[in-house]
Amino acid sequence: MNAPLRRLSVAVMLMFGLLLLNANYLQVVRADALHHDSHNPRLIAEEYSRERGPILVAGRPVARSVETNDRLKYLRRYTDGKLYAPATGFYSIVYGASGIEQEENSVLAGTDDSLFVRRVIDLLTGTPPKGGSVALTINPAAQKAAYDGLLALHARGAVVAVDPTTGAILAMVSTPSYDPNDLSSHDTAAVRKNYDRLSSARSRPMLNRSIRQTYPPGSTFKLVTSAAALESGKYTPDSPIDNSSHLNLPQSTAVLPNENGGPCTSGQPTLTVALENSCNVAFGRLGLELGDDALRAQAQKFGFDQAFEVPMRTVASRFPENPDLPQTALSAIGQYDVRATPLQMALVAAAIANRGVLMKPYLVDEIRDPKLSILEKTKPEPFGTAVSPQTAASLTEMMIKVVEDGTGTNGQIPGVKVAGKTGTAQQGGGRTPHAWFVSFAPADTDPKVAVAVIVEDGAKQAEISGNGLAAPIARDVMKAVLGS
Amino acid sequence: MTPRAASRSRSPRTIELVLLVFSIGISMAAYASVGLAHDGALPAGMLGYGGGLALLFGAAHVALRRLAPDADPIMLPVVTVINGLGLAVIHRLDLAYADRARQLGHDVPSAAAPAQLTWTAVGVILFIVVLLLVRDHRVLQRFTYTAMLAGLVLLVLPLLPVIGSTINGARIWIRVAGFSFQPGELAKLALLIFFAGYLVVKRDVLALASRRILGIDLPRGRDLGPVVVTWLASLAVLVFERDLGTSLLFFGVFVAMLYVATERLSWLLIGMTLFLFGSFLAWSSFSHVHQRVDIWLHAFAPRNIDSDSYQLVQGLFGMGSGGLLGKGLGQGRPDIVPYAQTDFIVAAIGEELGLTGIMALLILYAIVVQRGLRTAISVRDSFGKLLATGLAFSLALQVFVVVGGVTRLIPLTGLTMPFLSYGGSSLVANWMLIALLLRISDAARRPAPPPAASMADAKTQVVKL
Repeated sequence: MNAPLRRLSVAVMLMFGLLLLNANYLQVVRADALHHDSHNPRLIAEEYSRERGPILVAGRPVARSVETNDRLKYLRRYTDGKLYAPATGFYSIVYGASGIEQEENSVLAGTDDSLFVRRVIDLLTGTPPKGGSVALTINPAAQKAAYDGLLALHARGAVVAVDPTTGAILAMVSTPSYDPNDLSSHDTAAVRKNYDRLSSARSRPMLNRSIRQTYPPGSTFKLVTSAAALESGKYTPDSPIDNSSHLNLPQSTAVLPNENGGPCTSGQPTLTVALENSCNVAFGRLGLELGDDALRAQAQKFGFDQAFEVPMRTVASRFPENPDLPQTALSAIGQYDVRATPLQMALVAAAIANRGVLMKPYLVDEIRDPKLSILEKTKPEPFGTAVSPQTAASLTEMMIKVVEDGTGTNGQIPGVKVAGKTGTAQQGGGRTPHAWFVSFAPADTDPKVAVAVIVEDGAKQAEISGNGLAAPIARDVMKAVLGS
Repeated sequence: MTPRAASRSRSPRTIELVLLVFSIGISMAAYASVGLAHDGALPAGMLGYGGGLALLFGAAHVALRRLAPDADPIMLPVVTVINGLGLAVIHRLDLAYADRARQLGHDVPSAAAPAQLTWTAVGVILFIVVLLLVRDHRVLQRFTYTAMLAGLVLLVLPLLPVIGSTINGARIWIRVAGFSFQPGELAKLALLIFFAGYLVVKRDVLALASRRILGIDLPRGRDLGPVVVTWLASLAVLVFERDLGTSLLFFGVFVAMLYVATERLSWLLIGMTLFLFGSFLAWSSFSHVHQRVDIWLHAFAPRNIDSDSYQLVQGLFGMGSGGLLGKGLGQGRPDIVPYAQTDFIVAAIGEELGLTGIMALLILYAIVVQRGLRTAISVRDSFGKLLATGLAFSLALQVFVVVGGVTRLIPLTGLTMPFLSYGGSSLVANWMLIALLLRISDAARRPAPPPAASMADAKTQVVKL
């Protein structure tokens, strides 16, 4: 009987081997998927039993976990919820998380790989586990100036400010905003009500307009068209431009006029002057002469047609794919199907400010472990060269003229050289235009801030212009950054 | 192999004693770990608990020294560790249930760990009693047909009106004097003895007399008798008592013993065919079998996930959440899985002790089974071989079926883990099983008497059969 017994032993070994393999499959291969399955209540119970790490702005927490007495140990609380909501996002039992709360969840929850050593130390010393903290690049003064400015107009809109030399995002504002405290409470019934109210509101307070909404950039796109012209080698800031009061769009009966209905200028019509006065005819003509391929290539060098991860994923700004001639002319002045996020236009200004080199935008400055030692500090990375340093210098000169003598005089700051461009983007369909302003400062020495402001629909004011509505906000943001 | 003239320098019992110290240490560490995780302090009465375990398992060890000194030294310590781990996990679950009841404002349910400890003591006592009563395992051969009768009676008992009771849809319990007991567990032991005894006598006939059908040598109809009878008995158990797992267990062990006894592969073929046929019959006729298969195949389907397959799915989630190292004893949420102290104790261990815990547990069981099969190989008489095979393989098959069900390798069956799960009848029966295995092991490993210098001097031995 020993022979079959031996075979039986082998069979038993195989049986146990099968069990071991299956256990490995379950607890290694599929462990993550099972742990994060939405039907698994363990993840939530675990996350809420640990102190979630704070989100910091200038060293002070704007989102933190406080201890509570109810069945979930910790509650997420936000300071100045509405102000920082576009950056922090929300953190909710019922609806998950958004913004930094979601993107850096593994750090905040303390489960990130970079916190492994800290977890082991905590395990050995018996310290209760805590999440790491995420420090943002946001400048609180700039953020507040932007928010107050838009609020004063009762406007829907957005402001993005970046540091041109690093790409750090100094302000990310979207109005109307919402208070994440409304969604983080442990009272799930109240949370559901608040969420329904916020998501069905027509003003869409939960939309982060600065990175998730695109608009026709209007005249601010003329910066890109100018860049394309200068980069082609066929134009200089002093090149003559079409000074007519109307441009007959080829292959159509449509006609493109200047803003004022008349010729671009009564003086010497150069490219610089055309930018100063934001002349549609000149740039429409430029667009036709450069061709849509050149415009598109230049736009893409500035970051169009691709999404960024800041770490939240932005929506890509677009330059139309196959515009015909009239459409090209309109695209050159930032109309037709050209669409840009406020972040994108800020990046255009930033690239020009930074001698033509565009830096990748980022919102997270540092990641620290619960004992505040730095785990990771973001290193600025270039995205690419948008324009040559000479073109950048020329564009800077032109943009300074816009603010000093041209359409953007409200962007002036005493004692500081400001470079800017206004924009009034038509929407068609009887809607009022958007008011844009992009700028950077100081323009004569190392630039510290580049900003883009959009006031949707011109806040339905009686008089709508980039200079009138958007420039003052940009100026206040730049002052806040320079002052600090 | 020449027998050693002097006694062995390290007797098996010494090895066993050393290992037992570790076993008890591990059991105490597990208990302490639960207390530390839950209350932040060592549990009160920990020394008393350790002392009690030492006394109990020490008594078993002493019994082995007196009654089966050559028995395998590994089985008792391993079984002790599994038992101790089970106690710690059951205690941990008691704490979790108490916490939850208090949070919801319900009455705190009675703790299961003290009962399990009591049953452990009963198990060890019966372990010693078996060793005392059965001095030579060959004695059991005399009781072959008595065992068959006892086994069948025990199987049928729960079906009787007065003492039988249905719990959770299965009619496998009897209630006597306030105690609930599962006679099926003892029936398994009795039927194993019957089968070993029957096969020893009939094995030649079963092995040699055959007919050629379709090119395969098949045994004769009249010799097929016992297999068919057991098969029908298994299905009968299933039908009337709704105990899917036990019938699978009986059937599997009997087929394995048949194969070992007759050395004929054809028995395996017949067994496989009957099994497939029976399973298909069961699946198509019985709704609860159909449901179990549906839960197994479609565990994550929306129609099942919150209702029928909730237990399986939450067990899987728990094990997945446990990952490689587990959440730590006392730090997971094993109380989410229903019946975590019985059917799904493996899921609780998977969640809190992780893959490493599960692998360690499986290897512990594999060690016991392997030692049992080794005993079967080395014991000299056929009855001992068959009995040891049956006992060891039944452990192996039971562990395979339970862990396979919990990890969704096969459908769930309602069997529980030997020595680990909460349940007095199972615990007691398994301790008796180990006692029998150790008794056979003692015979297997006993050094042969030294050969006499001459035939004339050799002692005359009386062999009592």
